[in-house]
Amino acid sequence: MYDVVIIGAGITGTMLARDLSMYHLRIAVIEKENDIADGATMANSAIVHTGYDPEPGTLKAKLNVAGARRYEKICSDLSCHYKTVGAYIAACGKEEEAHLDILAQRAEEREIPYRFLSREEALAQEPSLSANVTKVLDFYTTAVIYPWEVAIACMENAVNNGADLFLNCPCMGIEKLEGSYIIHTPEKDLITKTVVNAAGTFADQIARMVNDDPGFVIRPRRGEYYILDQDVKPVNHIIFPVPTAAKGKGVLAVPTVYGNTLIGPSSDYIDEPDDTGTSAQGLAYVRTNISKTLKNIPLNRSIRTFAGIRPASDHADFIIEEDAKNPGFINAASIESPGLASAPGISQYIINEFISKYFVLKEDPEAVHTRKADPVLNELSTEEKNALIAKNPAYGRIICRCEQISEGEIIDCIRRVCGARSVKGVKKRVRPGMGRCQGGFCEPLVLNILARELGISPLDVVLDSPESHILESENRK
Amino acid sequence: MIEKELICVTCPMGCRITVTMEGKEVLSVKGNTCPRGEAYARQECVQPMRILTSTVRITDGTHRVLPVITEKEIPLEKMSEAMSEVREVTVSAPVEVNDVIIENIAGTGVRLIASRSMEHI
Amino acid sequence: MRHYQAVIIGGGSAGLSAAVTLKQNGIEDIVVLEKDMEPGGILEQCIHNGFGLQTFKEQLSGPAYAQRYVKMAQDLNVEIKLNTMVTKLNADRTVEYTSSAEGIQTISADAVILAVGCYERSRGAINIAGTRCAGVYTAGQAQRYLNIEGYMVGKKVFILGSGDIGLIMARRMTLEGAKVYGVAEIMPYSNGLPRNIRQCLEDFDIPLYLSHTVTKTFGKDRLEKIELMEVDEHMNPIAGTEQYFDVDTLLLSVGLIPENHLAEEAGIQMDPSIKGPYVDDSYMTSAPGIFACGNGLHVHDLVDFVSLQAKRAAEGAARYLKNPKDRGETLAVKPGENVLYTVPSCVHPSDAEENVEFFFRVRKPMDEGTLEVTSGDRVIRTMKKKKLMPSEMERVIITAKEIATLDGEVRISVKEANA
Repeated sequence: MYDVVIIGAGITGTMLARDLSMYHLRIAVIEKENDIADGATMANSAIVHTGYDPEPGTLKAKLNVAGARRYEKICSDLSCHYKTVGAYIAACGKEEEAHLDILAQRAEEREIPYRFLSREEALAQEPSLSANVTKVLDFYTTAVIYPWEVAIACMENAVNNGADLFLNCPCMGIEKLEGSYIIHTPEKDLITKTVVNAAGTFADQIARMVNDDPGFVIRPRRGEYYILDQDVKPVNHIIFPVPTAAKGKGVLAVPTVYGNTLIGPSSDYIDEPDDTGTSAQGLAYVRTNISKTLKNIPLNRSIRTFAGIRPASDHADFIIEEDAKNPGFINAASIESPGLASAPGISQYIINEFISKYFVLKEDPEAVHTRKADPVLNELSTEEKNALIAKNPAYGRIICRCEQISEGEIIDCIRRVCGARSVKGVKKRVRPGMGRCQGGFCEPLVLNILARELGISPLDVVLDSPESHILESENRK
Repeated sequence: MIEKELICVTCPMGCRITVTMEGKEVLSVKGNTCPRGEAYARQECVQPMRILTSTVRITDGTHRVLPVITEKEIPLEKMSEAMSEVREVTVSAPVEVNDVIIENIAGTGVRLIASRSMEHI
Repeated sequence: MRHYQAVIIGGGSAGLSAAVTLKQNGIEDIVVLEKDMEPGGILEQCIHNGFGLQTFKEQLSGPAYAQRYVKMAQDLNVEIKLNTMVTKLNADRTVEYTSSAEGIQTISADAVILAVGCYERSRGAINIAGTRCAGVYTAGQAQRYLNIEGYMVGKKVFILGSGDIGLIMARRMTLEGAKVYGVAEIMPYSNGLPRNIRQCLEDFDIPLYLSHTVTKTFGKDRLEKIELMEVDEHMNPIAGTEQYFDVDTLLLSVGLIPENHLAEEAGIQMDPSIKGPYVDDSYMTSAPGIFACGNGLHVHDLVDFVSLQAKRAAEGAARYLKNPKDRGETLAVKPGENVLYTVPSCVHPSDAEENVEFFFRVRKPMDEGTLEVTSGDRVIRTMKKKKLMPSEMERVIITAKEIATLDGEVRISVKEANA
């Protein structure tokens, strides 16, 4: 019997699992995909927004501010990347400048640091700003992270504190008993006192398993992005257009943790909640709209395009509430932007408002709060690298030449708790294939390392999902 | 009399060759830059011949498979028969380049040989 | 720090040829750094024939061609460090490498030869819409899986791009029992060698769709379907021309790019038309004593030319090592009408001791044209050429004597007949 079962191992579910794992509670996270952070958490703008944008009085406003305040500490405790780059909101003309004043006022009320920059001051920092830009509002404490890195680290921390993680484990149905729920999955049934539905784009489907009319419908919205090669660095800060009600935060440029630049997203409602295909129109939208605030963006140096799904709904705000008919069944739905930045706030809100009603929350003195990362060769000095290679020669075998990633690092990420089980899982954790050749050289090598470490045939190594085989057959028996 | 345009596949030069034919008889060959081109063109009009390259299974070698090549061209129409023989062969390392893998492939009288050496591991 | 007369980065066709040439020219203290477990580079997976006709007057497979050079290198006692990745090159000719055996080492050299090869353009660089499921590979990746690892990547195949590796893989996979539904080429002409169109596609009745491209991929876990569309003269898909193929595999053969990380990091000047370093007639880059050759300089059509160019670069390095003099002013050699690029990118008229062979590619197919080399307003050379193709590299030799007389910017152009 679990105390809490969380459905969905995205940033919302894993952050909550970690926070809950600090208490004497029995926790399980079930995830329908083959890895942690495979949905919306995998493909978004990767920004910890400080919280100036959401409308006053909303959960978004409250939890974004609360979440952003916790992030740096969380990343430091879990050895995750957290890079303060600053965000420029670039206004074009008087009308938009007026909107900057509204954002600045919200920031003032929420105690978020900001400053105004004239066009000239901003241009000195960002030479690529377009001729349209007249004034900039700089939220200089805004940071970028690797969302999936944080989610994986949170989950690992939770598992080390005793939580269970079940991958490839879709929730097929939920049965309500007196004071508990049975979660049906293909392999087993989980009995739990409370349930948190953090199923992202599938949250309405899960909610309907206990309530025919849960009061919301997910309206998935796709965002498409370009990723540029590391050696073109068109921006130093995140560059936003002035946000609008209709189009959200607009098309941005984001300097990521590892130096690639993200350009996007588009914003289109789609029919299928997992349709992560890119489209010619979506990418065209990005190309057209980035030129509003920035000029000469070298989109011809794109190394990859991708699409992410925002789990938006028919509500403007986050929906974080107990189901009206089902005590102990908590929906955390409609977690679209700024969902990533809000995750630590959402987690605490769920614990304080709902979980605490059902359990006497006693901190577990044995629980660990920190996680040590495996060595990242690229971030070490030559002496440190040599010491590592002397101890374990696998650190001396470079597998990915674009990103200079060694076999030792790949082995580490497979052997770790919550380790990689797929080529994409390895890529998410230690980055081979993220560079300009996109795995052209290293994918066959990564595939062989995975097969060896997992003790399986190369034929059984998958790209991502359990059916996404890379090799079809042995050519010579 | 008909004219046939061919691309010589003997080497990567890819010469454009014009063959003039009367029925099944080749009257003239133009456009080739070497004698092999002429031979190719004459043969191509009668029976196209190609080199076959593939791999065979190798045990205890540096890799799972060993690249192989026919010593000479074999008839194009014999390719699939040749491939079924290639699929059945297993050799064991070490192998030296030019070692004979199949003596007479698909009854063509042509030998299939190793196209590299491979050490025993 | 260990010092060498010359360090060669890359032990493939260019690196081995350069090493052999250096030894033959009396440069003894050299080392080849190779990332793979065996020398030979990409030739090891190119098991098809067609290599070596220029160099050895024989038809060899890729591995056999490589083995010839490995043997020559061994006979000349060339030191080859395997499983060794160069992780940094500096303009002062210090080279950092990483290996399991030695950890991270920095060595220095009087000359460095970059023979680093190229990489394949990926899906990200061409933006096909649709899902990112398994089943989409670069042609070279599928080739490695099949010819080195011994695995087929799929059985129902479509190929985007008519580059040679894609064509070779069309034949190879067909012979292995796969069904290849077609090859799409966005240009109105093929990018592969004509012989490969003949023997890899026509021999097996595989359709070539010119002025077509793959516009979308479908499939959740593994590829299930692709959308093929015809394109207009601006390469934009034409609505209403959609065709669908139920395939589990899409191979991309959409171009090769010189691997230039190391050169860029060293601050070496790059030539955007070749995407490799800017080199003079001795194949020296903008960094004194650092030379470049092979597919890491510009992408070649034949390995024989890679070896040949590496030989020239090594000869240039040997001359430099014996007499590292200032060779005087450079004169730029630029692509003119209908020419995409020229290599080398400049000459030294005041120090013209050797004939210089220029490699170039035309921009578009031409039945007939006149090659013209000019210096300022002066015409140095004209030559009639037939059947010019962008897929085939062209060459022209300018004698040392002619180079000494050059006084204005040199242009290599091709005037199309009847244009």
